Amino acid sequence: MKVHHFLARDRFQTLLDALGAAGYEVIGPQVRDHAIVFAPLSRVGELPEGILDEQAPGRYRLELTDSGRLFDWTTGPQAIKPLTFAPRETLWTSERQPNGRLVFRERPPEAQPTAVIGVRACDLAALSIHDRHFLHDAHPDPHYRERRRNLLLVAVNCQRSAATCFCTATGDGPRVQHGYDLALSELDDGFVVEAHTREGQAILDALETTPARHDQLEQVEAGLERASAQQTRRLPEGALPELLQAAVEHPHWQSLNDRCLTCGNCTAVCPTCFCQTHVDALSLDGQTASHDRQWASCFDPDHSYIHGSVIRAERPQRYRQWLTHKFGTWVEQYGRSGCVGCGRCIAWCPVGIDVTEELDALSKAPDDALAKAPDGEETP
Amino acid sequence: MTGALVPFEAEVVGRKDETPDMFSLQLRFTDPEVQAAYRFTMGQFNMLCLPGMGEVPISIVSDPDEREWIDHTIRKLGSITKNLGRLEVGDRLGLRGPYGRGWPTEAAEGTDLVIVTGGLGCAPSVSLIEYVLHRRGRYGRLHIIQGVKHSNDLIWRERYDAWRQHPDVEVYLTADTGDTLWPWHVGPVTQFFERIAFDPARCSVFICGPEGMMRAVIKAMREREVPEERIWLSMERNMHCAIGSCGRCQLGPKFVCRDGPVFTCRELAPYLWHRGV
Repeated sequence: MKVHHFLARDRFQTLLDALGAAGYEVIGPQVRDHAIVFAPLSRVGELPEGILDEQAPGRYRLELTDSGRLFDWTTGPQAIKPLTFAPRETLWTSERQPNGRLVFRERPPEAQPTAVIGVRACDLAALSIHDRHFLHDAHPDPHYRERRRNLLLVAVNCQRSAATCFCTATGDGPRVQHGYDLALSELDDGFVVEAHTREGQAILDALETTPARHDQLEQVEAGLERASAQQTRRLPEGALPELLQAAVEHPHWQSLNDRCLTCGNCTAVCPTCFCQTHVDALSLDGQTASHDRQWASCFDPDHSYIHGSVIRAERPQRYRQWLTHKFGTWVEQYGRSGCVGCGRCIAWCPVGIDVTEELDALSKAPDDALAKAPDGEETP
Repeated sequence: MTGALVPFEAEVVGRKDETPDMFSLQLRFTDPEVQAAYRFTMGQFNMLCLPGMGEVPISIVSDPDEREWIDHTIRKLGSITKNLGRLEVGDRLGLRGPYGRGWPTEAAEGTDLVIVTGGLGCAPSVSLIEYVLHRRGRYGRLHIIQGVKHSNDLIWRERYDAWRQHPDVEVYLTADTGDTLWPWHVGPVTQFFERIAFDPARCSVFICGPEGMMRAVIKAMREREVPEERIWLSMERNMHCAIGSCGRCQLGPKFVCRDGPVFTCRELAPYLWHRGV
């Protein structure tokens, strides 16, 4: 049985101080360029007090209210993906010595203990998926591993949902379920706090808290229920891998040709997208070189380039790859869907393409007149 | 622990021009311990690295029992392969591998082999054929079917002539376009399938080449009632990492670099027949 504590609002700075005293660099949500981003944080005043996010397909707006709450926003564009899977990082460098020999040196990241405040249930679910991708394979990624093991996660139970949220449909929220060290649930006058790990408990022990009252826990539950009830987006009934496999030649894909810009925004904001480009650079004197990895998008034609041709040359093929991977083939690869219901791809799509609507359209039988049988004779 | 993505230094110990745009590099890791620990199976690949330019996945074409060096036959297609072609004996480059799942040379023992190669991708199958001929007793009849676009594209003609001399080996060559001195067939590789003698219930079909040809061969093999799990395909996709991390080589749920590049037809059946998957 977990013990719940109550941390008064005017004591919240003590959490930041305790994390700092324990040696963590503290990262938390802040308003930058009209969006919530995660950035280094030292004072409670830097948190987005009273900020709500209004989200809709192709729309993200912040609104200042007098609520006084610090975590009434839901999701920013970033998630916490950049903290573990760096947007660009050097994997190794090489040096050509005067005798012609080549020396390769791995460049592990200089990760330091980092505490992240304000991590949502969807972000934790995405992190757990990335753990499976980057760590639980024959070749665990040393760069991801180093950053990951230095993270302390202070999660927040969502007490409201944005219109784009659908974590209840994916089963990932709004309640944080696993993978966090401390969980906060915000009330008007403070926070119900719960520790999930020894590291989290050590921080909690350093705070001036009181035992959470029954009515405070009831308010948290009511907030979680409210957040669930606010969600209107749903996923089609039944198994999506089979649905998408059956829909591989569905005429609906062609409609993406007139809508999708293949800009890759959805893959950049998606907390589970992991595709990479590896980039090599040579120094001006030609003696040293670096091999970097950076985020890539399956919407880039280069992603599937192979000597002289592009496998997914057409826009609908690239959208199909993204959606089919995320909701379909991902299940065979990682034992679950690659979507955690955060809704970022809906809000940050410049033309407002909504994955839940696309899946709904694909779940419906195509008009026979439009359906095209796969042609076994065709050569890509 | 060094990450799997960091190359080791290797040295060019031999090189040979095969055609104006194809060459072979014989490589050896400069660290003797790395070289001694290196093992691979037929059909696996390495990542060859020119620092500052990048890496390319290249099939290994030497025999797995050859421990002194590792052979690669490379076509000059892009900037990295063109620059690999400029390397001389003694030059250094980066090498990491082997990666992926190769041909099922053990599972195929005791069966008739049908090795079908199309287009320009013949180096991996040539090494597979040499592997089989060096272990002739382990396999049944061997049918070698090689299709090229133009008769000029066939390299290593003398090897095909030598293979014909082996007992229980049949060689069929065909070109989409043949010039006047082309002594073999013209047309698709599938034209031979009705006449070649193999046991559909005890055979292994290995296919390497363009996907259009693969589909045609699979159809013909289905007509001869070869089970889909006895047909293997070596696939090509864009690859940056070779360890199932960069996501680029996905084909349905498969990472070609890690789960392949050799797959059974059954594994890929849901994806092979759709454009742009």
